[in-house]
Amino acid sequence: MTVHMPVSLDEAVDLLVANPGARLLTGGTDTMVEVNFNRLKPTTVIGLRKIAALREFSISSEIIEIGAGVPYARMESGPLAEALPALAAAARTVGSPQIRAAGTLGGNLGTCSPAGDGLPVLAALDASINLRSPKGRRIVPFADFMVGVKRNARSADEIIESVTIVPTSGFQDYAKVGVRNAMVISVASVCFVHDRKSSSVRVALGAVGPTIIRPRDAEAWLAQRVDASAALPADDAIATEFARRVAAEARPIDDHRSTAAYRRHAIETLTRRLYLRSTK
Amino acid sequence: MSDTTGFYELAVNGQRREVRDSWVGESLLYVLRERLGLMGSKGACEQGECGSCTVLVDGDAVCSCLVLSASAVGSEVVTVEGLSADGSPTDVQRAFVDHGAVQCGFCTPGLIVAVHHLLDHNPDPSPIEVKEALSGNICRCTGYGRIFAAVETVVAVRKGVAK
Repeated sequence: MTVHMPVSLDEAVDLLVANPGARLLTGGTDTMVEVNFNRLKPTTVIGLRKIAALREFSISSEIIEIGAGVPYARMESGPLAEALPALAAAARTVGSPQIRAAGTLGGNLGTCSPAGDGLPVLAALDASINLRSPKGRRIVPFADFMVGVKRNARSADEIIESVTIVPTSGFQDYAKVGVRNAMVISVASVCFVHDRKSSSVRVALGAVGPTIIRPRDAEAWLAQRVDASAALPADDAIATEFARRVAAEARPIDDHRSTAAYRRHAIETLTRRLYLRSTK
Repeated sequence: MSDTTGFYELAVNGQRREVRDSWVGESLLYVLRERLGLMGSKGACEQGECGSCTVLVDGDAVCSCLVLSASAVGSEVVTVEGLSADGSPTDVQRAFVDHGAVQCGFCTPGLIVAVHHLLDHNPDPSPIEVKEALSGNICRCTGYGRIFAAVETVVAVRKGVAK
């Protein structure tokens, strides 16, 4: 086994071409669990932690770009949290402070678990995933990136470089249910984004399907009933019916963490709560 | 880069330490304990849930069980053994003893590192900030009350309002 620690993205891309199938490593919080429990014995690892460019972010009124190696700890507060409150809320629910100091959006996207806390935020914000290969940069909308449980559209010669997000104007938040308050993997989660600029309400559901789910029918139903270019009405009937429709589009299963029925119930409750919170 | 012979150098507690004849997939926790003889960091869950292996890597408090050791080449690693220059207990360690925050002691090294990290970045944390900062360190003996009391004392002493 060999460990490479490139200091530039170009160097990392070259190493990946020279070592097909090499394991890409950022924070290590997923990969090392697999290694520690003998479920994974990579022959070549390309660590991305020393690549300064991957650990940077930029914020403008037109576009926000977050390097794949920015740890969650830097999304919890500061400029990223001000620009993307839903991402900050999701980041605060990831593991423990120790995990958030190491874990990254790039790692969340690479693993592509339906329970990854960053992913519903990227889905609801219609983020783009920027992939780098010897051929250059390829931009993939999040909706096309995650294709199944722990499966994504990254090609073997590509490295996840960053995500780009068009800033929204209005309420956004993330809510999650787990078995306790700290250090939990999501049982069900909802990201809710109200964007007055594009006159839209966008919702994404985590841990209730093989991929992150955008309940498009419910979003379309709501679009016909409210004017999303202004404040949403604090209307309990609309919130309740919207939440019911969102939950109907979840595709949860029974597993070791919860049951399908509970997950659907949680989605309904969280959606209703977030809708009403957005009107305050 | 580390090659297949498993030789590389780490900077641990301000010293250059050679790691030899290792499998390069080993975690930093394993290397600290089994290769370098630093037994302070404890291994329990091996999956980042218990915090008993907490160390500082480039100033960040992380679970050393989730750090690929060979990827820490060129980083500054500080373990519980390196918190005090002369080996005498730090103010945090003394407060833990004074408050009975050490019972079985297994979680203590990880908590000590986490408390130092917290107070280095936030010298006057609120009770909720202390709880949040220590939420990744699991203790099954104390119920945390004595740990929080120890942290409170250190904060007060460092501010000069208590002895």
